[in-house]
Amino acid sequence: MAYPDKTRTMFTEVLEGIKEAGLFKQERFIHSSQAADIEVEFPTGASLKKVINICANNYLGMSSHPEVIKAAHAGLDSHGYGMSSVRFICGTQDIHKKLEEMVTEFLGTEDTILFPSCMDANAGVFEALLTKDDVMISDRLVHASIIDGIRLSSAMHDTFKHSDMEHLESKLQLHQNRRLKVVITDGVFSMDGDTAKLDEMVKICEKYDALLLVDDSHASGFIGKTGRGTHEQYGVMGKIDIITTTFGKGLGGASGGCVSGRRELVELCRQRARPYLFSNTIAPPIVAGVIKVLEILSASTDRRDKLERNTEFWRDGLCDAGFVLKPGDTPIVPVMLFNAKLAQNFSRDLFEEGIYAIGFFFPVVPQGQARIRTQISAGHEMHHLEKALEAFKKVGAKYNILGKSKQEIIEMYGM
Amino acid sequence: MEEMKEIVRDYVIQEYVEDDTEVNFDTPLISGGIVDSFSMVSLKRFLENKYKISIPDDKATPEAFDSVHKIVDLVNDFLK
Repeated sequence: MAYPDKTRTMFTEVLEGIKEAGLFKQERFIHSSQAADIEVEFPTGASLKKVINICANNYLGMSSHPEVIKAAHAGLDSHGYGMSSVRFICGTQDIHKKLEEMVTEFLGTEDTILFPSCMDANAGVFEALLTKDDVMISDRLVHASIIDGIRLSSAMHDTFKHSDMEHLESKLQLHQNRRLKVVITDGVFSMDGDTAKLDEMVKICEKYDALLLVDDSHASGFIGKTGRGTHEQYGVMGKIDIITTTFGKGLGGASGGCVSGRRELVELCRQRARPYLFSNTIAPPIVAGVIKVLEILSASTDRRDKLERNTEFWRDGLCDAGFVLKPGDTPIVPVMLFNAKLAQNFSRDLFEEGIYAIGFFFPVVPQGQARIRTQISAGHEMHHLEKALEAFKKVGAKYNILGKSKQEIIEMYGM
Repeated sequence: MEEMKEIVRDYVIQEYVEDDTEVNFDTPLISGGIVDSFSMVSLKRFLENKYKISIPDDKATPEAFDSVHKIVDLVNDFLK
């Protein structure tokens, strides 16, 4: 053991620096299961407060769905708690294979491999498939897990301006002599809630012989007419070479992720992807839960349809109240406040009103683009959304930002 | 020299700046968050094509690309 005082002091100073920069993250303890109504202990030690949650990725309200809980219980009873092994030694059960087949069918791909998380899927996929002779060209707003995965690959990396198809094309021309070109994007961008133009991207990739990878974590289960994802919405099912996604959001909300796509690419991940090779896969009760989620979503679109209606009501309500929103049609609805302190205060006041929504500011979003990111769920009933809307209006009026433009809010509060 | 500075600055603005951020010859590009280290590759390729040079990867560091002035100095090292 060697943890002398000077080392402790060094790390303490690092933490103090994070606090001084206003970047220190504090957890709020939820004493109930994840749902529209939750009980929160905040600040630590405070008595429990019942609030409406509008910042979870629980898009389809599956996190505490009784049938999913029942299926997970059954999976626990029939297949045990854990596997104590990685997949290729003695960690693969029949239900893992079944889930992979179900995901393949649900997403309309050729094959699927499970990962402990989508973070792991993104961490493993690039290194497994690409060499230094290849190039990865990613949208500048892709998720942090993709950036980490890209860092682990020896392939060259370049970027294109967010959703700028001309710029993407210029990059494919610039790198046309590379062995493989892989274009990388999120399906739904998690901070802004906008979608990638997958129809145009497919055409461009076909023109330049490039593979297309889409992280559909904020889309799987509810974007598109039957909830298959952004590729369904843009009419390009079967044309996305690699989809990575998570079971930690719309598809149950527990954990786990996957790479789904061309058969050979998935097989190569099975042979080479390090998070798959050197980590246990998804635990049996969770596998059983996700299987049930996919059964429910494949049988009916009721939940994604309700989510669509809820989202429309919420977006229209905020818009009519005079808030500045990021445009879009996904359940991610960012309420723009621009100033970090205002976003923090707004979130605190919402909590007082019984609404749980978090402020996001630099470095999570660009400087001067602080916001409250709201996320709508099929688990919300109309009374939840109406109460939340009233709270937003009340707090918005307190800060005098209703009906104000971006410029006017910035003039009042700064960036 | 002055012409090269203008050319490099124009490229940086066109390629990386998406708002009204001003870029002068000493504006920190990488450390200032205007150019992320991932996106440096297109700047490197642009310089190599434009000035018919080859910049080894170990010279194309975030420090060497951190301002228009530094980039021009780097290019001039390979033009000699």
